[in-house]
Amino acid sequence: MKALKLDRNAIGQWLSNMAGERDIYAPASDGPAKGTWTLLTDYSMPEIKPGVPARPVKNFLFPQPETLLKFSIVPTDPDCCLPSEPEENGRKNVVFGVRPCDARSIGLNALACKADTYYQANMDKNAIIGLTCSQVCSTCFCSETGGSPMGTEGCDVSLTEIDGRYIARAMTERGEELLALAESFGKEVTDSDFSAVEALEERARSGSDEIRNPEEQLRKKDLMELYNAPFWQELADRCINCGACTFLCPTCYCFDIQDETLHGKGRRIRCQDSCMFPLFTLHASGHNPRGQKIQRVRNRFMHKMKYFPDRFGPISCVGCGRCVRDCPVNIDIREVMRSLLNFHDMGSVTP
Amino acid sequence: MSTVNEKITEKIRSEAQRLLSTGEVAAFIGYEAGSLPMSVRPFVARKQEDASRLVWNSFCVLNLANYLPALLKSFEPPRRPGDPPPEGPLPKVGILATGCWSRNIVVQIKENQVDRDRVVIVGVPSRGMVSARKVKEAVGERDIQTCIEEDHSLKICGEGFEQELNRWDVVRDNCKTCVHPDPVIYDILIGDPAGERQVQDRFAQVDEIEHKSLEERWNWFADSFSSCVRCYACRNACPLCYCPTCFVDDSRPQWVGKSTEQTDTMLFHILRAYHCAGRCTDCGSCESVCPVGIPMRLLTKKLNKDVLEMYGSEAGMSLDEPLPLTTYNPADPQGFVLTEKSEKGGDR
Repeated sequence: MKALKLDRNAIGQWLSNMAGERDIYAPASDGPAKGTWTLLTDYSMPEIKPGVPARPVKNFLFPQPETLLKFSIVPTDPDCCLPSEPEENGRKNVVFGVRPCDARSIGLNALACKADTYYQANMDKNAIIGLTCSQVCSTCFCSETGGSPMGTEGCDVSLTEIDGRYIARAMTERGEELLALAESFGKEVTDSDFSAVEALEERARSGSDEIRNPEEQLRKKDLMELYNAPFWQELADRCINCGACTFLCPTCYCFDIQDETLHGKGRRIRCQDSCMFPLFTLHASGHNPRGQKIQRVRNRFMHKMKYFPDRFGPISCVGCGRCVRDCPVNIDIREVMRSLLNFHDMGSVTP
Repeated sequence: MSTVNEKITEKIRSEAQRLLSTGEVAAFIGYEAGSLPMSVRPFVARKQEDASRLVWNSFCVLNLANYLPALLKSFEPPRRPGDPPPEGPLPKVGILATGCWSRNIVVQIKENQVDRDRVVIVGVPSRGMVSARKVKEAVGERDIQTCIEEDHSLKICGEGFEQELNRWDVVRDNCKTCVHPDPVIYDILIGDPAGERQVQDRFAQVDEIEHKSLEERWNWFADSFSSCVRCYACRNACPLCYCPTCFVDDSRPQWVGKSTEQTDTMLFHILRAYHCAGRCTDCGSCESVCPVGIPMRLLTKKLNKDVLEMYGSEAGMSLDEPLPLTTYNPADPQGFVLTEKSEKGGDR
C-alpha cells in the first residue's frame, strides 16, 4: 500500500487538493463549536489536541437528523402521500484527524447495521483519515477493548506523527486514491520511518493493561447471572438517566424515527435515541418494559458488554472514554466492565 | 489536602454514621470520591459502614436535592393515583444541603414533593464550588492526571506540566454571584455560617446579554446553544424537574421535535428555562453537568432577575413565603404582556 511522508505544509496542500472533490471536516479547536466536527475552509493542518474530541465520528454515519424520505399531505398535490427521495448535494466527505478508537467504531456499528442501507451509504460517502495517538489520556482505555492507540481499523488513510512530520499510510483502495493527491509533493517514506512506526506499534502492544480480550470472558458468562448482579442498584442510585453517555458514545447506534410535517410538507427523519430515556421502550399500550431507572442503566452496559458480543463477537465499546470523561455523576464504564468480568454468582456455584 | 474540606468531611461522616446507626434515617445522600481527578459521585449511603465513604470538596457541583423526591418515594409502599397516603411514619432520608440546595428543598416542600418531617437536612455553608471546565481551560485543555485541593488553591498535574491555580479564580460563575451561601433550612449545621455575601452586579452576565441588540441576542442564543446534543443532562440534574412525564418525553401529543436542529434545540431550552421561573435557585447544576459546555444557566438567571425585579421574590428563601408564580396579586406588574404597541419595537 502507498505511504508518504508529509510535513504540516504538505498536509495543508493535500487537504486543499482533496477539497476539490470532497468536503473536509475536522474537530474545531475553539469557539462555541469546540470539539464538534466542522467544515474546514482554511486548508492548513488543523490543530488536533491529544485525546478524543467532544463529539464522536458517528455523526457522519448517523447524521442528526437523517432525512429518509419526503412527502406531501396536501390533497391537491399530484404526488400527495407518495414518498419521494430527499435531495442530496452529492458531495462526499473527508473526515480528518479521526482517532483510532472512533475509526474502529465505524466497523463495529456496521456489524449491527449490515442491512441498514442508509448506514452503508454513509460509509461510502465518508472517507476517514485517521490520526494515531502519541498520548494516552487518563480516560483512554482502547487497548482494553481490543483496539490500540496505533490502530488503523476503519481508516482509509492513517497518519502517524513522528518528529513533527506525518507518515501517511493508505489502508484501503479509497485511501490510495486520496493519498495519490499528495504524491507530487509528498516525500518518500524511508525504512527508518517504517521502523519508527513499528516501534510505536510494538510499544502500544506491550502496554500494561490489566484487561485483554474481555469479549471472550464475557461471552462465557451466564446472561441472567450478570443481569441479576447486585451492583446495578448502586449505579442506578446515582445515575440521573440523562443521555450524555449515549449521545457521546461512538458505538451507541439506537435511533428513533419521526414523521414531521409543516404546512402540508412532511419528512421522515431518524434521530439518535438513548436507552436512558423512558420514551425509548414505551409501548403503544402504555406499558414500558424498562420503566425503571435501574433497568435502563443496566441495559446500556448489558448491550455493550453482553448482548453485542454474544451476537456479533466483539464488545460494543472502543475505549474512547468520552462517557467516563463527561458523565455528570462519574459512572465509569471501566469499573462496570471489571464488575462484569469479576462477577461470580455464588448462588449458582454447584459443589 | 484542604483542611477545611477535611474537617467538613469528618463531620459529615460522623453525622451520617449516627443517623444511619440509630435508624433515624434509612438512607443518606452525600458524595463519595470519584475515579477521575476533579470528580465526585453522588452516593446514597444505606448502611452505617457506608458513612466512611462520604467526602466533601470543591467539586460537589450536582445538586443533591435532585435525588430527594424519588428517594423518598422509593421508601413508600406502592400506590395508585387517588389512593390515600400510607398510614404511620415512613422512613426518613438524610441529605447534605448548601445554601442553594437547601432552597431547592424548600421549593420541593412547598410544591408538595417532599415531606419536611421525612428529611433530616445536614447543612453545609458553601465556599463556592469549582468549575472543572474552567480548570481545564486554565491548563490549556491538557489531560489532567491529578488535582490536589488546598484551602485556597488547586494543584493540577499532567504529563509534563504542573500548575497551581487560585481556587476562587476557577469557582463557578453562579457561586461567585451567590449572596446566600448558608443553608436557609437545616436540622444539623456543619461548619460556621458564612453570612450573606455582598456581591456588586450579581446579574452582570445577564445585563451584558440584555444590552445587546435583538439581532445580537438572537445570534448569541443560536451560537451558544448550537452544540446541544439533547442529552437532557441539564434537565435531569435539576431538582425542579420531577414531573412524572416531562414535556420532551411526551409522545401524545409531541410538544417538541427530537432532532438537534436549531428550532428543536432552542424550543427545548426556552421551555425548560420557563418551567424553572420563580423556582430556580441558580445552583448551577445544569451548567456544570452539560457535556458540551452550553451556558443554559443564563436563561434561568435572566428569569431569576425578572422574578426578583417584578415580584420581589427569590426562590426557596423561606417555607412561609407564597410561591411567586402561583400567587395572584392585582398589583402584579403587567408590563411584559405583549400588546400591539410593544410588539414592533421589541421592548422588554
